[in-house]
Amino acid sequence: MAVDTVRAPVELTAPARRTRSWAGLWFALPFLLIYVVFMIWPILAGLWSSLFNTSLAGGDVEFLGLSNYAEMARDGAVWDSLWNTVWFTILSTPPLVLVGLGMALLAHRARRTGWLLRFSFFMPFLLPVTVVALIWLWIYQSDFGLLNAAVAWFGGDPVAWINDERTAMWAVVICTLWWTVGFNFLLYLAALQGIPRELHEAAAVDGATPAQRLWRITLPLLRRTTGLILVLQLIASLKIFDQVYLLNEGNAGPITRPLIQYVYEQGFTSYRIGYASAISYLLFLIIILVAFAQFKIFPAGRDD
Amino acid sequence: MSAAACGVPSGNDRLRYWNLFGGGDGVRMVELIDAFAASRPDLDFQASTLAWGPPYYTKLSMASAGGRAPDVAILHLARLPSFAPGRLLDPFPPELLTEAGITPDRFLPEIWDRCVVDGQVYAIPLDTHPFVMYYNTELCEKLGLATANGDLIPLRGPDELIAAWAEAKKLTGGYGLVLDNFGVSPWRLWWTLYRQLNGDLLNPDATALVIDDAKALQALDFMRRLSVTDAVAPGQMLLSGAVALFGSSKAAFLFNGEWEVTTFQTQKTPFSMVPFPEVFPGTAGPGGIARTQADCHTFVLPHQRGRTVAGTRPAIDYVRFMLEHSVDWAAGGHVPAWLPATRSPDYLALDPQSRYRDAAAVAQLDPKAWFSGSASNMENLAGAAFGAVQAGTATPEAGLAQFKADLQRLIDTPAPV
Repeated sequence: MAVDTVRAPVELTAPARRTRSWAGLWFALPFLLIYVVFMIWPILAGLWSSLFNTSLAGGDVEFLGLSNYAEMARDGAVWDSLWNTVWFTILSTPPLVLVGLGMALLAHRARRTGWLLRFSFFMPFLLPVTVVALIWLWIYQSDFGLLNAAVAWFGGDPVAWINDERTAMWAVVICTLWWTVGFNFLLYLAALQGIPRELHEAAAVDGATPAQRLWRITLPLLRRTTGLILVLQLIASLKIFDQVYLLNEGNAGPITRPLIQYVYEQGFTSYRIGYASAISYLLFLIIILVAFAQFKIFPAGRDD
Repeated sequence: MSAAACGVPSGNDRLRYWNLFGGGDGVRMVELIDAFAASRPDLDFQASTLAWGPPYYTKLSMASAGGRAPDVAILHLARLPSFAPGRLLDPFPPELLTEAGITPDRFLPEIWDRCVVDGQVYAIPLDTHPFVMYYNTELCEKLGLATANGDLIPLRGPDELIAAWAEAKKLTGGYGLVLDNFGVSPWRLWWTLYRQLNGDLLNPDATALVIDDAKALQALDFMRRLSVTDAVAPGQMLLSGAVALFGSSKAAFLFNGEWEVTTFQTQKTPFSMVPFPEVFPGTAGPGGIARTQADCHTFVLPHQRGRTVAGTRPAIDYVRFMLEHSVDWAAGGHVPAWLPATRSPDYLALDPQSRYRDAAAVAQLDPKAWFSGSASNMENLAGAAFGAVQAGTATPEAGLAQFKADLQRLIDTPAPV
């Protein structure tokens, strides 16, 4: 899962003089060029090739109109993979937000051990995905894995955690939780440190219990952060690919295969770049809708 | 390994080679690569090993599509149609093959024929790797299934075989037979059984499904018997687990490709190997060897813009060197494709590697299609559908229906090559 950079709201002030606006353009140009070449152009090229039977193996290209999209609608594997992605998002988002919040509250309270908690909670996030997958492969490994050693100690039968359809998705969720919750933790911790102490002190003087202060002061003041985390998390979860691919050694079965892996399979294993582009646009549309919904629900700039 | 294995078109003293041998056979490949490099100090030679399966094939096809591929590479023979011979692959210059003595009479005709497309040679076979049966010699002696010198007594037909595995299960207390129920392994087992029943899957140009439902179900029923009805084998085991159980003598039999030889030799497991048993009689080849799923590693010339005959010469030298050293390669389990090697005393002295050599003559490769072959879409889809039958979560009928639907979808997809 990639971490999207959080962009600070840009101050839009009208340039005082025409000459200054030209200077601004020159400063922005290097970025703009890279943005157009690596972002806008691929997006348009992808949309264009989704209308053709473009093949990675080369050969003649034929215009298909919308038939890639029609095939997608009939292709059960697209919808199964999309459901896997959505199911992963449903399962992973609540714990990633709640555990992150819990850890932040804990680390914020702890005075002497705070640095240790901050370090331990955030450290897994610094690991590259390959390392994370390797660690969890050894935990989940069905014959010599750590988890099955524990199961055996309690007298249970070994479980194929990554391959059994009852546990496979949970295995991915738990691995992801361990790996990425540190980022949400960090955002929450920063927000907690931004809450003025006076509010808590005043409430305490008025006789508010710690539970009341949590529910009435802390959580409401964290609302904007929660909104931000939620949307970042939803987008990141919808883009899931790396962990599943690596945990399954490149061959996730139909139980956990996310939509992006299906795009990869169609585009690169089966050379069908045109069809893969069409499927990508389905995911693109869904992510745009989620982001749009977030802007409706949590309008920027409103502080309540 | 090198990241700079592609790029500039080959000069005449430059050789870039890609392969996918990362396992036990990879160690032997590196030894042979080193030996070749030492014998040809005049060449600028670099060999790269990439991850097996889709990652390898993705990289190779993209490099070939761009015309800046390595000079020579490994390809599974059954994947040849998916590599669009003529577009992603360049043909071998016939004059160089003749000069190097790489001629059709030195390979099995069934294998060589698949290397030729439109009258041109696109692949040179290195080996055949059949699906085989490993057995634990000590356990089988105790069961009266093997003679004192470790030879397995002939076992034939579903009931006789299952009875033997049931006895073995009683002895080990766990499983009689172990196998892998995930990935492409269920395909390998099913295709072996289905071909023993002489079933066909696709028409010659892969435009129609010609599956024989009764035979397909007969094969699936047998697979279900193994793990569900008679329960002599696991239904949800990974390859690593199956290998570990067999390696530690906790199971008496193992179905797998022959490449695990080195693993068990290193572990000092008392074991030997035989060709896959004749579950369904009637189609066995010479010597009573039953049909078995297989694929072949071959050398190919990935497409390069501006490839010349002279520039291809080092690649041919390398291929010839590897064929001559087939016996060293065979120690890792694979059956040499180079017939002079299979007749050599050094190869025949390899035990158990030479015991299943006749399986190469009855090797059943995947049907020809752009979506078949080792690590292909078809094998993975079959693995998922048939794996569910072995796990007991789908009936043979349901598993077959799913596979047929998946396969039909592949057939209906316009070929991208």
